[in-house]
Amino acid sequence: MTDAQGSTSVSVGASAGAGARTAPGAALLEVEGLTSAYGPVRALDGVTLSAEAGRITAVLGANGAGKTTLLRTISGLVRPVAGRVTLGGEDITRAPVEAMVGKGMAHVPEGRGVIAELTVDENLRVGSLFRGKVEKSEFDRVYDIFPRIAERRDNPAHTLSGGERQMLVIGRALLAQPRILLLDEPSLGLAPRIVAQIFGLLRTLVDSEGLSVLLVEQNARSALSVADVGVVLNLGRVVVTDQARSLMADEGLRHAYLGF
Amino acid sequence: MQQFVNVTLSGLTQGMIYAAFALALVLIWRSTRIVNFAQGSMAAATAFIALALINAGQSYWVALIVALASGFILGAVVERVIVRPVEGGPELNAVIVTLGLFVAIQALIAIIFGSSFQSFPTPFGVRGFTIGDTTILLTPTSVYIIVSVLITMALLVALFRFTRVGLAMRASAFGQEVARLLGVRVGRMLTLGWALAAVVGSLSGLLIAGGGFIYPAYMDSLIVFGFVAAVLGGLDSPVGAIVGGLILGLALSYVSGYVERGSALVNVSALVILMVVLLVRPGGLFASSTARRA
Amino acid sequence: MSESQTPAPDRPAGELIEEAPVTATAAANVPSAQATGGRSFLPKSTLLRHLLVLVLCAVGAVILLEITDPFTNSQLASLTYYAIAAGGLTVLTGLNGQISLGHGALMAVGAYTTALFLQTERGEEPLPLPLILLISVVTATVVGALVGVAAARLHGPYLAGATLALAVGLPGLAVYFQGTFGGDQGLRVRAPQPPDAFTSFIDFVSGNAATGTKWLAYVGTICLLITYFLLANLMRSRIGRTWRAVRDQEVAAELAGINLGAWRVLAFVVSAAAAGLAGGVLALVVRLAAPSGFSLVLSLSLLTAIVLGGLGSLLGALLGSALLVFLPPFVTDLGGSFGLDNTKAAQIAPFVYGVVLIVAMIFAPAGFVGTVRLRWMTYRAKRAAAGRATNGG
Repeated sequence: MTDAQGSTSVSVGASAGAGARTAPGAALLEVEGLTSAYGPVRALDGVTLSAEAGRITAVLGANGAGKTTLLRTISGLVRPVAGRVTLGGEDITRAPVEAMVGKGMAHVPEGRGVIAELTVDENLRVGSLFRGKVEKSEFDRVYDIFPRIAERRDNPAHTLSGGERQMLVIGRALLAQPRILLLDEPSLGLAPRIVAQIFGLLRTLVDSEGLSVLLVEQNARSALSVADVGVVLNLGRVVVTDQARSLMADEGLRHAYLGF
Repeated sequence: MQQFVNVTLSGLTQGMIYAAFALALVLIWRSTRIVNFAQGSMAAATAFIALALINAGQSYWVALIVALASGFILGAVVERVIVRPVEGGPELNAVIVTLGLFVAIQALIAIIFGSSFQSFPTPFGVRGFTIGDTTILLTPTSVYIIVSVLITMALLVALFRFTRVGLAMRASAFGQEVARLLGVRVGRMLTLGWALAAVVGSLSGLLIAGGGFIYPAYMDSLIVFGFVAAVLGGLDSPVGAIVGGLILGLALSYVSGYVERGSALVNVSALVILMVVLLVRPGGLFASSTARRA
Repeated sequence: MSESQTPAPDRPAGELIEEAPVTATAAANVPSAQATGGRSFLPKSTLLRHLLVLVLCAVGAVILLEITDPFTNSQLASLTYYAIAAGGLTVLTGLNGQISLGHGALMAVGAYTTALFLQTERGEEPLPLPLILLISVVTATVVGALVGVAAARLHGPYLAGATLALAVGLPGLAVYFQGTFGGDQGLRVRAPQPPDAFTSFIDFVSGNAATGTKWLAYVGTICLLITYFLLANLMRSRIGRTWRAVRDQEVAAELAGINLGAWRVLAFVVSAAAAGLAGGVLALVVRLAAPSGFSLVLSLSLLTAIVLGGLGSLLGALLGSALLVFLPPFVTDLGGSFGLDNTKAAQIAPFVYGVVLIVAMIFAPAGFVGTVRLRWMTYRAKRAAAGRATNGG
């Protein structure tokens, strides 16, 4: 893993992204007034936020704040009641889930989403299926970034540890050459050391490859340490949006919503 | 000794057919968590189509291909139109829907083709090979059955292991939501899975019919045998289904070969085997406790 | 095993919740007190209310049997055994959520028992009919308990497959032990003659001829009324509520100290008892107990009856059974008028059953009675809400 962090020079996917590159700092994914409901319960209530290109945007909040629903609604797994989602200017609010990855959005769901019955290598290949034929060198690059999973490429994915699974799904998402990566609770159940490694790697990919990340985390401290911008959700509404640094400094806010 | 060999051979031959049918059930179960109780009726329908063609003067092979193709279409249509609305819902609903389909197709066959017994041809002889001066119960037809089931299995393995569609189908079966997020058209893959399963089911229906008689309900026992074989193997495992099919074929063959008037007891024996397995090893004979859905 | 049976765990949870799946047993969810509350003309006590309904139904049944012709009488006799079996299945599937395709086989147990006890040496009198039917019930109950013990550990497709194997396998025993059970030909049943009291009763009520057919229709009706009276009380009792809890709130019920397995076995036993009685009546009415009478189609027909009626309602089971009796002649005639020969036209009925099962599950999982009941309750709830609104404002 340590050499994984060292290998910052490798170049993966994102540069060859599905659409035109968006200049760093410009809004890439925009969410406006997004509302979704489970029966009479509103899980999201008019959420507006934007994730900028080449940045890590962290969505924070307590359990039940609507973080996971937000990602699921953005990627189409949950149909919104109202609101709009645009990616690079294109309205994708009602696009089918299967089409999202082709539009440049890779969503790694909560619980990591490895397909346990498939091998590590097959999991990666599923990630690139929609692109048709993919050069072997792209797989090699992912294995270069994550040597740990390269060793286990022919093992069934259910034999991987939590950290290895997280590496696998991030690697798989990279093979889709996304413009934006949606990550749902990547730190869940991982040892702090592994979380730090994975977040560090994420930072590297963003800085060197121009990848953009929308990160949902309950572990606010770790998330803010890696993110550029933080959005705090509470009961389905955005409480505050600010630079990660300022959020870190706001003790009252941290106590009230972030639990540290 | 000679009887033992003969009973074993016929058990293996029957077992291959049960294995194919069980495999079809497993393919569907893995992808949609539904046991397709209509599979026997669907296979019977394709057998009647084949017989109609043969009676109209077509060769066995043309009839076989048309029957398998119609099985493919039938499987796809059934999944898309009838099963899709209850997929992922309460499991009782899906069970009832496939049972309804089972009755409806069987009745429809009777309405169109009649309920009488009709003889179904086989392209090869049914007289056993001779070794020295003894004739054993391995007939050209049973060789045909064994070989065609083996070929089918090899094709399925190749499809799932080595093709992109096969990978997409497995991804859809094991992780629907993840597969959708990765851009796999899961709905299409499920339809394809049902269609392929129907082809395999149809093949087993044609093989068991060869050299015998068909009537609308002739697959009823095979549904039970296929289900028992699939459960023996754990319902989730293709390899398990094949081994389960062979074990069941042998067991039932010994019952009917060694027990006086044992052929009347074949169905009951299948029931007994099923109950024992479900009560003692509900996960199947080969259930390893590895996290199947970790 | 339960792990591997969880249906499609990868299904997007959001979709499921959004679409609010209507379960097959929705109709049975309707709380009984609410369904019957607010009708002041009925007695408050459940038992008294059921007794009153029982008496009314008995009177209605006598009137129905006396104003209809002998052919309809025999049809109604068939209705009674379907309805008895469907009533038992309603408890099992509707209330307790277990499916059974083996009820045809359990009916066979009852039918063969009745047939065997009615076979007597020349000049010897068979046991009294009620006793024979009771023995049939007991036999089927014992078999049902055995099946139930196994079934209690299974659910969904596994249970369906196991009971399917039962339905296909059990008739084979009748063929194997042909000395006792008559093989493929089955056992002829010599139906007992109507007693004198019955003749004078019919003479008193309507003056119709007290034929054997009519007597059997009455026997069936009496069995039906007793069965439904008992089942209705059971369903409204603590036992019925526990069954619902076992079905809907498996985990909660277990945490509350309910032994799930035992309650599932009990449901199976009760429904097997009903199936045994139904089999006995069937043997009398059809005058034959043969393997071909207890095919898979019989079990699936019963399933159709309860699904159509709306799983969990006895009235629904009765209406569904009526369909099983009155639909076949109707559609067979219809088929005949389209030029189908008799054997082909006779297959239209099972075709319709199959279509009904599919369509009901896709479009109206609550069944006919259930759908009407749900509509009615929605309507009442809306009216009540409107009433509150006007009062408040």
